[in-house]
Order: sequence, then structure tokens, then C-alpha cells
Amino acid sequence: MHELSVTQSILDIVLQHAKDRKVQQVNLVIGQFSSIVDDSVQFYWDIIAKDTLAAEAQLHFKRIPGEMTCNSCGHVFHPGSETFLCPSCESSAVRVSGGREFQVDSIDVE
Amino acid sequence: MCDGHNHSHPTHTHTTTRVPVAEQILSANDRIAQRNHSLLHQKHVYGINIMASPGAGKTSVLLKTLEALKGRLKIGVIEGDPAGSIDTDRAIAAGMPAVQVNTGGECHLDAVMMEDALSQLPLDDLDLVVVENVGNLICPANFRLGTHLNLVIASIPEGDDKPYKYPGMYMGMQALIINKIDLLPYVPFDMEYFQQGVEVLNPGITTFPLSCQTGEGLDAWTDWLVEQAHAEIIPE
Repeated sequence: MHELSVTQSILDIVLQHAKDRKVQQVNLVIGQFSSIVDDSVQFYWDIIAKDTLAAEAQLHFKRIPGEMTCNSCGHVFHPGSETFLCPSCESSAVRVSGGREFQVDSIDVE
Repeated sequence: MCDGHNHSHPTHTHTTTRVPVAEQILSANDRIAQRNHSLLHQKHVYGINIMASPGAGKTSVLLKTLEALKGRLKIGVIEGDPAGSIDTDRAIAAGMPAVQVNTGGECHLDAVMMEDALSQLPLDDLDLVVVENVGNLICPANFRLGTHLNLVIASIPEGDDKPYKYPGMYMGMQALIINKIDLLPYVPFDMEYFQQGVEVLNPGITTFPLSCQTGEGLDAWTDWLVEQAHAEIIPE
């Protein structure tokens, strides 16, 4: 349900950078640890961007998987849904090393 | 800007230009959160944002905390709920200035709501503002409010897999309460498994296992909170 305010924020950023040019595509980078639902953002986008220069823009979601690094053996892995243990040495001494991204990377304008 | 391309349509040609943006989606919220933080700092008020799923015991922890801090800190309360004012009425009955924020359908408080609520509290007369966020483990994690402390309350009946299912929430906190520990004998809950997940997402996090029913562990939490508040609000 927070997608409406997220979508509004995306639109504000996009229009600010578009500088009166028509927006064709919005390129988003979203890490696995930042949760939003693509379809829901697109749904709200179609409503709130309607009368703007970004009305016809396609939203492009680049998803970055969650990434962890083992402090014991250095192994880098994508965590499963039930455990964060290192799949190589089974250590629990691991840290989050990727997947926090939540940004508007770029826009394509005419 | 650099990797533009041309493509032709039967009647016209247009160019696509890529404009780099690289801006955090919630940067506007974060800027207002920073403003809220500055205001709290300037008024020497310590702010905490309590987040948890519905039913974890946010209100019980809040009421026990208010009771324990009576006479030690002057407290104001901000209650975020989709609807109703039950919790605000309780806080006012307990003698605190309290502001109700009804979010409509929204599932979280944001920095603008926080700013508005802060303007309705007598900050000059307060040491601590406690925000009870909307019960939800996903949305509130993304929206900073400007508080000094993000507190998550987990509870035994919710299950030990929550850090694995809601990593975003568990990464965004600075303290954790594990509530309803009196239920440990009756509910399957693997504390080691739970804490392993928490430790990966948030190494070294300060954790308070407690029970609002028996009172066990409450002092450790409230004493720590008072210590934190003093460290922040009383300038050296």
C-alpha cells in the first residue's frame, strides 16, 4: 500500500529532471531488501502521471538480488528465504553486501 | 545524455536521450525527516519511532514505558493509525500530550505527517516524543521520520522467521524489543534461529527480551531508553 507515495515520489523526481521534455522511460533500480510491487507502482503511475509529460512513460524495473558476504570464508551469495547461513561453510557470520538499492537511475526523454 | 539513439517512424524522426538521475526515490521524504530531526535536536527532545506488526504489543509496551518514565522524562505521544483514536485517548488519559495521526488508508507514517504532528506538541516542555507507527512490517521501514531511534517490537507468537521474511524492517532499526517472552513455554519459537537472522541484518543491535504481562525485562529497556535520551538531549 505504500506504493502510492513511492510512485508520487518517483513522478516528482522524474518531472524535475525531465525539464519540459516528454518522458519515454523511467529506469528504476530496486534492491531485493527494498520492497515494492512493480504492478502496483505502474497502476498508480497510470493514474497520477496522466496529465503530465510523463503520461506515456514506461517504467523499467532493474531488480538487484539480495547479496550477502561470509565473514568467515569470503563467499558471496544470494540468501535463501529461510536461512542466511553461508552455503559454502555454514557460518552465520555473514553480512548484507547488496540489495538495498532504491533509486531512480535515469530517464529517457525525447 | 550520452547513449541517445535515433529511430524513424513513417512520418517523423525523434531522438531519445538518456538523462542520468541517480536519486533516492524517497529523497524528498528524507529531507523533511532531516528537518524534523534538526527540530527535535534544537528543542532537546529525543524521538523514538516504534514499528511492529499489528498485535506485537506496541501499545502495551508504550503504556508500560510511559508508566515507568513518569517523573523521569516529560513525554509526548504521536499515534499513527489508519483510523480511530483509541490509543491516543489512552495516552491522554495517562496524562500525556498526544496527537492522533489518521493515515486514511496509508500503511505507514511519513516525514510530512511527523512534521505536522510535531507542530501540535509542546516541544519546549518535552524531553521525549514517542511515535507509535502503523502496525506493518513492510512500509514503515522505508519512510524515515527524523527520530533518533527506530525501535522494532517483535513478539513470540508471531514466529521466529520474521527477520528472514521482512529483512528491510530488521535492517532499518537501532533497537529491538522481543515482547511476550512469558509465552515461550507455550509457543514454538527458536530464539537462536531468530537472533541469528537479526544479527546478520543488523550486527550488534541492542535487544531487550521482555514481557508486558509479567514485567520481566521492562526495567532494562526503560533504563536504557532514559540513558539514551539523556545522552542526546542534555548537551555536554
